Amino acid sequence: MGAPTGTEPSSGNLIARLWGNEETRSVIIQIVTLTVVFAVLALVVRNVAINFATLGKSFSFDFLFVPSAYDITFSPFIDYNSRDTHLRAAVVGILNTLLVAASSIVLATVLGFIMGILRLSSNWLVNRMVYVFIEFTRNVPLLLHIFFVHGIIITTLPPPKQAMNIADTFFLTNRGFYVPAPVLEAGAGVVVIILGLAILCVIGFWHWAKQVQDETGKIYPVFWVSAGVIVGATGIAYFVMGMPLSWSIPALKGFNFKDGMALKPEFLALWLALSYYHASFIAEIVRGGILAVSHGQTEAAYAVGLRPNRTLQLVIVPQALRVIIPPLASMYLNVTKNSSLAIAIGYMDVVATIGGITLMQTGKEMETMIIVLLTYLFFSLLISASMNWFNRRMKLAER
Amino acid sequence: MSESNTPNPNYEPGAHPDWPPPVKTTGVIGWVRLNLLSSPLNIVMTVVALWFLGTVIPSMIEWLLINAVWDAENRVDCWKQMTFPGDPDYLSKELPRGWVQPGGCWAFIENRMSLFVYGFYPEPERWRVKLSFLMLVVAVLSVLWDKMPERKFFLWYAVAFPFLAGWLLIGGFGLSPVETDLFGGILLTLILGVTGITFSLPLGIMLALGRRSKMPVVRILCVLFIEFIRGVPLIALLFVASTMLNYFMPPGTVFDLLVRVLIMVTLFSAAYIAEVVRGGLQGIPNGQHEAADSLGLNYWKANRLIILPQALKISIPGIVNTFIGLYKDTTLVLIIGMLDPLGIGRSSLADAEWAGLAREVYLFIAIFFFISCFSMSRYSIYLEKKLHTGH
Repeated sequence: MGAPTGTEPSSGNLIARLWGNEETRSVIIQIVTLTVVFAVLALVVRNVAINFATLGKSFSFDFLFVPSAYDITFSPFIDYNSRDTHLRAAVVGILNTLLVAASSIVLATVLGFIMGILRLSSNWLVNRMVYVFIEFTRNVPLLLHIFFVHGIIITTLPPPKQAMNIADTFFLTNRGFYVPAPVLEAGAGVVVIILGLAILCVIGFWHWAKQVQDETGKIYPVFWVSAGVIVGATGIAYFVMGMPLSWSIPALKGFNFKDGMALKPEFLALWLALSYYHASFIAEIVRGGILAVSHGQTEAAYAVGLRPNRTLQLVIVPQALRVIIPPLASMYLNVTKNSSLAIAIGYMDVVATIGGITLMQTGKEMETMIIVLLTYLFFSLLISASMNWFNRRMKLAER
Repeated sequence: MSESNTPNPNYEPGAHPDWPPPVKTTGVIGWVRLNLLSSPLNIVMTVVALWFLGTVIPSMIEWLLINAVWDAENRVDCWKQMTFPGDPDYLSKELPRGWVQPGGCWAFIENRMSLFVYGFYPEPERWRVKLSFLMLVVAVLSVLWDKMPERKFFLWYAVAFPFLAGWLLIGGFGLSPVETDLFGGILLTLILGVTGITFSLPLGIMLALGRRSKMPVVRILCVLFIEFIRGVPLIALLFVASTMLNYFMPPGTVFDLLVRVLIMVTLFSAAYIAEVVRGGLQGIPNGQHEAADSLGLNYWKANRLIILPQALKISIPGIVNTFIGLYKDTTLVLIIGMLDPLGIGRSSLADAEWAGLAREVYLFIAIFFFISCFSMSRYSIYLEKKLHTGH
């Protein structure tokens, strides 16, 4: 490639001359590579066919429609019991993966930003404490964190009878964290629709406010207006419809809690461990991003008369975000992939359901692993595509 | 600020002596004022932080060291020594009801130490593990210490080390063979970590070069491979290794689980290394490629002498981070039934003699990983500074 072209040997056979020419050489290399790859693939397929034939196995996805005959203790979104099919078990697993990944991403981002900003604090003591926490968390395997948090929850928290009672509504026990569950009554749908409309209006208002700001420099109090519209409209709808939302409060009945919503120890452990582990990485990303905005930007903003909060909002944060977002996106991908460690403590995510128990029961290694791999590939590509889109939008602001 | 700073008109121009800075801005007082008490918010944060440290640190030291027991037969013995310290008849006494363990029972770790280090490697053959640890130290030293005498020889030795050590541990040189499912503990972590690191770096560099190749077939194959590996979790790949990979082999092939896992771990981290190195390659200005071309260097020479040394230098932090990630991820093998230190710890906790001492076990393993990973990251920072030739 880098070699000077046209240095064909003056004598020699055809192959040597073809090899001497850069273009033909590259064609030859590609043809050889492709042949080797296909040969290996064909060999693998042939081996699989022979091995399957000798073991009497078949390749089909029919097992998905057979009753699974195993229970999943944590299925907050759809009903599931052991008479349902393997397919439904897989869907429950995928939803559980999404739930724990999404909630960990939110908590990790919040914690990470807080820690990242504390790391920049001029307070030496706080700065050092956060540093020690970050370094210790980052340099210890995630699996250990998960086991540790899970161990704390199931061994040191009290049993339901002596639950840690927080204002008679939240109960912390070794069987899980019991919280009130919202119960929607007649008319709640209207409130939800109004909430959706309010959010749409707010997004429209953002666009309009940004346009005005770009053209005239006038800044509207975007945050307060949006908060007012959302809370106000939803609140009015809520009272007009006669308060169609109630809370089902957990209460101790017999040996365990009834009503309310239970966050199982496995979910809690996975959620907390994933969050603080990745938060310690996000903290470093945030710190790096803010430090990457040169001090001259702050000074320039002060020089044109911006107050500190406006400087932060209009000058520092937009530039820091541009540095922060790409690594943050790959961290979100990591959270999603690392949620697969769920299987170690028995949280029923997609690996533990279809790639674990279903695999054991049906012996369909090939098919179940393909489903698991495709699931993760799909979500990874989805996250990276949406982050690329967001990244491009941020970049457009550049002149 | 203070009186001493007001100019004295009696001095001749230029004869004014240099006053020391105000006491409040120097020394300990100045440091405390600047770093701990500079604003009301800072004062509040300092107070909260001090309160937190004041409550946590003494009880931690108490648990870790003061109340800890270092020598005991089993868990109950440990606990009795803590409740009746200094009492010679402690073994005959009953534990009080609702008793809470006030200190660490490090006797457990000591009791299991050989498992933590060697796994189930047969006792009479353990000198081979010790020898390979020693060989590892020499190999690592030759890579890290650039003023080592006869370094060139030792570098070749470091390249050969994974093969030599593997041969020694499995049983070449006429030694009695040892099954790989007996490998465990820190030995297993090091095998996975060292092999993964040694083989994933060259593979990752090749993938990165392939991804930037002008040949579409090579480029597309590399992109597909990298994106596939990066899109799925390591656990899923380990499951593939443990359940599926044997079907890919010709019938009758016996393919050791450790080797399958080593291949997967290496491929996994190679894909990440490839992305890091690609970032480094993108950071090299085009002029460098053109300069190499104009010197008449071919593709491989240009990369080896001009492009890669610069690209790898800027990718050092990313490469070391990938290595640290790989090293930590070796714990995942416990999920497919291999006994790394965490797996050894978990199975030790199932022993009724010692059950319930999870904190000690997890803390011990955490410290082991912290020391290895933190020193790796410190070394990368040192290396980055040493190789920094910019201005």
